[in-house]
Formats: sequence, C-alpha cells, structure tokens
Amino acid sequence: MAKYSLSAPLTGEVVEKLKIGDRVLLSGIVYTARDAAHKRFIELIKAGEEFPVDLHGQIIYYVGPTPARPGCPTGAAGPTTSSRMDPYTPMLISSKGLKAMIGKGSRSLEVRKALQKYKAVYFAAIGGAGALISCRIKKAEVVAYRDLGPEAVYKLTVEKLPVIVVNDCHGGDLYEEGRKKYVIS
Amino acid sequence: MRRVDCVQIVEAVAKLCSEINIKLNPGVRNLIEEALKKETSSVGREILYQLLENAEIAYKKKLPLCQDTGMAVAFLELGQEVKITGGNLYDAINEGVRIGYKREYLRNSVVRHPFYRVNTGDNTPVIIHTRVVEGDVFNIYLMAKGGGSENTSALKMLTPAEGRQGVEDFVVQTVSNAGANPCPPLIIGVGIGGNFELAPLLAKEAILKSGEQKDKRDEDRELERTLLNKINRLGIGPQGLGGRTTALAVYVNTFPCHIASLPVAVNINCHSSRHGKINL
Repeated sequence: MAKYSLSAPLTGEVVEKLKIGDRVLLSGIVYTARDAAHKRFIELIKAGEEFPVDLHGQIIYYVGPTPARPGCPTGAAGPTTSSRMDPYTPMLISSKGLKAMIGKGSRSLEVRKALQKYKAVYFAAIGGAGALISCRIKKAEVVAYRDLGPEAVYKLTVEKLPVIVVNDCHGGDLYEEGRKKYVIS
Repeated sequence: MRRVDCVQIVEAVAKLCSEINIKLNPGVRNLIEEALKKETSSVGREILYQLLENAEIAYKKKLPLCQDTGMAVAFLELGQEVKITGGNLYDAINEGVRIGYKREYLRNSVVRHPFYRVNTGDNTPVIIHTRVVEGDVFNIYLMAKGGGSENTSALKMLTPAEGRQGVEDFVVQTVSNAGANPCPPLIIGVGIGGNFELAPLLAKEAILKSGEQKDKRDEDRELERTLLNKINRLGIGPQGLGGRTTALAVYVNTFPCHIASLPVAVNINCHSSRHGKINL
C-alpha cells in the first residue's frame, strides 16, 4: 500500500501508478455531480452541445452536500452510492477525458473496463463521514445547474481529502479483494 | 383526557431532527468502540476510528454526521386518552420536520413525484405510522433514513416450509448483495411474520426500538446473535473494503402470521443509524 498526494488535472502516467488499497490525499479542484447532473451531461454529449465544465483530466465527486451554515464553504459532504452513475460514466471517460471519480460502492463491469481502456481511476471516500470530509473542503461554488439544489454541479477546492483506490486502471477491485481476504466460509 | 398541543409537537419534532442528525446515537458509538476491539483489518480499523472522529467533528461544529440527512419517518404511539389540540397532528409533525431541517441546515432530500423529480424544498412529507395504545402516553419515534441504505433493503414472502433456515439465508443474502453500498458497518432490522405490508414496518420498528430490549423473547435474541455472526463472516467489513465488522447489530421483531405465509423483511441502516424518541 502506497501513499500519494495528488491534484487534478491527472494524467494517464499518474493514474497508472495507483494500485488498489493505495491511500491518496487529494488537493485542488474536484467537481461534484450526482444522478440528475449526469443525465444532463449525457444529453449534452448526445446533442453535441457545449459542455458547462471542462472535465479533461478532472475528478468528479458523487456528492450532494447539506446546505452550508453561514461562514462555512459547505455542510456535510460524504459520498453517495456510485453505481447510480454507472450508466453515464463510460461516456464521460471516453468522450470528455474524465480521469477519476470519488464515491462509494462497487462499479459496473462497463465502468471498470473504461477505467482500464482510458487509464482512469475510481476512489472511495468514507461513506457517512460527512462532517470529517466537510473540514477538507475550503471553497465551493456552483458552476452549473443551480436549479438542481443539492444536486447542482459545484467546483470544490479541497485540501488533503482522504480517499482510497478501489478500482485501478489495471483491473484491480478492492471490494472483491478485501472481501475475499476476510470471508469465512 | 390529557391534552397535547400542536405547538409542543412542532417544537419537539424540530428539536429531534437536529439531535438525531448531528449527534451520534450513544448506543451506536458503543457498538463502534466494541467493534474496534475485534476488527483485524487495518483499513477496517482506520475507518472505524474515522467514524468516531467524524462524530466528534459533527457534534463540535454542529454539522450533520452524513450529508444524506434522509427522509423523515415518524412512528407515533398515541395513547387513546390523549387529545391533540391546536391543529392537525400530522400537519404538526410535518411542520416540525420543515422547521428542524431548515433551522439546522439539513439537506432536503425528498422529490414530489417518483418520475417528475422536483425537490419539495422542505424535506416533507414525513412518512408517518401511528399506533393507538392504552393510557395517556404520547411517544414520537423519529428516524432520518438515508437513501443508500434504504435502497438495499428487501422483502420476501417465504413459505412456512422454508422456516428459520430460509429466513437466515434471505437476511444474509440481502446483506451480501448490498456490499459496500449501504455504508457498512450496518445496523440491521429484521421483521418476521405479519403480512406483506407489516413485515417491513416490523423491521424498521426493530431498529427504532433497539434501546427497549427488555421484553424481547429469548428465541429472538438468539436469532439476532446467529444472524450477526453469519453476517460478520461475509468479510465485507467497514465500507466494504474487507474486514470482520460488516454489521454492528441485528434487531429482530416477530409477529403472528397467516398459516400459509412466512414474510420476512430486512431493513438496512448505515453505521450512523439516526433515530431518536421523545415522550410528550
């Protein structure tokens, strides 16, 4: 298990170094998007229309934070279940150059194949550690779809956001491997 | 007749919304501390410590434990000698949630229609279940139920021949299928018996009343231990990354059922298991 400190934009070279179980501290820019924003992203790609954010080399965090108290950039901000984004993810990786996602829970075979083919990575943040993660978010601004409320696309500036590599670009899956190691049959 | 005014109900519910979302249930904290003594996976231990740290930060900074502050579910135990005054009881519960969620900066996570998904903007409606009981007590149990864990819950109508083995297999399979999605380590409610609509209510009530175990039958307690043991052999572990702590607790609730039926419902709750009770 290795430890890394990384910032977007990520390159294929950096992604190749990452292996399942590696602990990564992310700093810099991370974009948020959940189901509703993903649906709109894909509609734009299919219609060939202009995209609201440049995702090339970027990281998407599957999160819908609680409203910020006055003076705070954001409220609690833990990950949501990633599999709901599975139908949309391969297209964002292949046609928009998305390099990393942060969420929780396992991904579809199609997503895992896209990670291998296009050298991208899937990180897990700790589900339900919303308050802890909130402290690592220094700035939050809506960059698209304000009408979606908690599901709007935010540009977050994070500092040392702790994540774990769950699916690397070599076909590794920590959910499968971790479980195999501890199952008692 | 004892009178309870809607003004009191609104304020009590609003306060409870804040409490359950921001302060980790002390019972759950104990379970996490106990789990740390047994967890052998290093990533699992790391996560359990971070969950305790998360609870501390949430409490100090008045932040919700989790960004999914849930859909509010209320179980009411209303004594038949209580008279509600000053308005409609269900309106008061909804108003309490509306105020509580706004006041504490909790997330509105309810959409108006399953297909036309426009946020209702105030986290209502509340899902309310009411039981009329003897005397003049009035208890409100409130749960903030997250979507990720609720989505992995399941119901099955077994046949009587499938028996206890069938129930155990279904519960363990449901948890296994859920994997990392519902944010393990889990708190699991199991409702056995009743019928198609009652079994899930029994399961949820088992979690809500987990602090009131005195009247539980020995057979049900034994089943809880067996299920917990089997679930923790799955290896899913904290956050699904591998380990011994897949569930922190299993609570069983049984009820009479039809001679032809054996309904079983599994309600899965994340490690935060946000619920509380007020007595008005």
